[in-house]
Amino acid sequence: MSDFDFSVITQNWAFLAEGLRYTLQVTVTAMIGGILIGTVLALMRLSSIAPLQWFAAGYVNVFRSVPLVQVILAFYLIIPLVLQMITGKSTPIGAANSAYFTFTIFEAAYYSEIMRSGIQSIPKGQIAAGYALGFTYGQTMRHVVLPQAFRNMLPVLLTQTIILFQDVSLVYAIGATDFFGAADKITQRDLRPVEMYTTVAVVYFVICFTLSRLVKRLQSRIAIIR
Amino acid sequence: MNYHWDWMFFFQETDDGLKYYDWILSGLGWTTFVSLASLAVALILGSALGVMRTTPKRWLVGLGDAYVDLFRNVPLIVQLFMWFFVVPELVPEKLGLWMKQDLPYFVIAIVGLGLYTAARIAEQVKAGINSLSRGQRFAGLALGFTEWQTYRYVRLPMAYRIVLPALTSEAMNIFKNSAVTYAVGILELYFQYKQIIEKTSQVLEITIVVTMAYFILAFVMNRILAFVEARTRVPGLIVGQKGGK
Repeated sequence: MSDFDFSVITQNWAFLAEGLRYTLQVTVTAMIGGILIGTVLALMRLSSIAPLQWFAAGYVNVFRSVPLVQVILAFYLIIPLVLQMITGKSTPIGAANSAYFTFTIFEAAYYSEIMRSGIQSIPKGQIAAGYALGFTYGQTMRHVVLPQAFRNMLPVLLTQTIILFQDVSLVYAIGATDFFGAADKITQRDLRPVEMYTTVAVVYFVICFTLSRLVKRLQSRIAIIR
Repeated sequence: MNYHWDWMFFFQETDDGLKYYDWILSGLGWTTFVSLASLAVALILGSALGVMRTTPKRWLVGLGDAYVDLFRNVPLIVQLFMWFFVVPELVPEKLGLWMKQDLPYFVIAIVGLGLYTAARIAEQVKAGINSLSRGQRFAGLALGFTEWQTYRYVRLPMAYRIVLPALTSEAMNIFKNSAVTYAVGILELYFQYKQIIEKTSQVLEITIVVTMAYFILAFVMNRILAFVEARTRVPGLIVGQKGGK
């Protein structure tokens, strides 16, 4: 413990920061994409058209019962196969790029469940009121239901995003250089596991702890609606 | 599509004289073992922490809160690496050497996964206890129970039944999270999945099979706990995910 060597961290800080930037990029991409796809899935799940319901239920259940690491690896290997099928030529996309896609698709399943409970928390009368005003289905959803559902579920959506931020560390499985991956690569070279892994743990802790406190405050601020 | 489907490869021999389906089965076994053992660790520790966080003692509450904050805000894979590579360096030298050389890998993985999940279970247990009316504790105390006895005989039996649905989803999560222990060399299902892909590149077949294996594990766990839930249901309560997250 006495020989905790901070210079390993300061020397490699740029590389670590690069990794952290990648982690953040994947998080933000997957959050935006995931919420958009998730909302569509939630609407499908709650629609009256049976095949749409089945598709959405199947999608959500499959992704929610499979470990994320497995999906990361499977997509990394399967996406090039699919692309090859479509374009006819082999197009390797690389570990770093496949993660954007994987996380968006995977998180959509989780965001969809959150959006579904958000939509279901809106009283039926509001939808009826929308129709009574002459709104179409799309208008009712867009102007009446979804804004409220989104607002009610904002803390939960953000909490899920914090989990997502932590889960990006699992791209270790395909060797992409996220924050943790960067630290791991430096460790392989410099053999200073104590400094590197502790730094990663502390940085993750500080970021996630701060964010979750902010979400808690937000939660108590927007809870006044009811 | 020019992918070469070959379902029969599962029956091919591997280098170690086994067949590929043997690898899958051994992976399934390890996943089940690691998951159930971690679940046991998590239930015991998580319950203790959950109870601590509802006691009137400020320092116990603080300790429990700190644990939950710490273990929920660091990714699982980082925690596992900490247990494997950092902790042995920080403890006294002899103990560290023993951890690195003699302690089986899976024990550290089980402890790591168990402590991680304990934080989540502590949240559920706390929510369950807090969902009971304070009158239940007062009634216990009025009958001459000690604080501990009100937990043992009055509050915990109710709290567990109330949060059982939430505990069920944690129990299913632990099977998925056990896949992360591959990173520190546990030969569980995902590890074998990765191995088989490297050996055979039959990506689609093996993905379908392993996905179904995880499905079945989750489903079995879900059914077992649904059975427990039905047997322990408290009459007169609409038991839902009350007070969950």
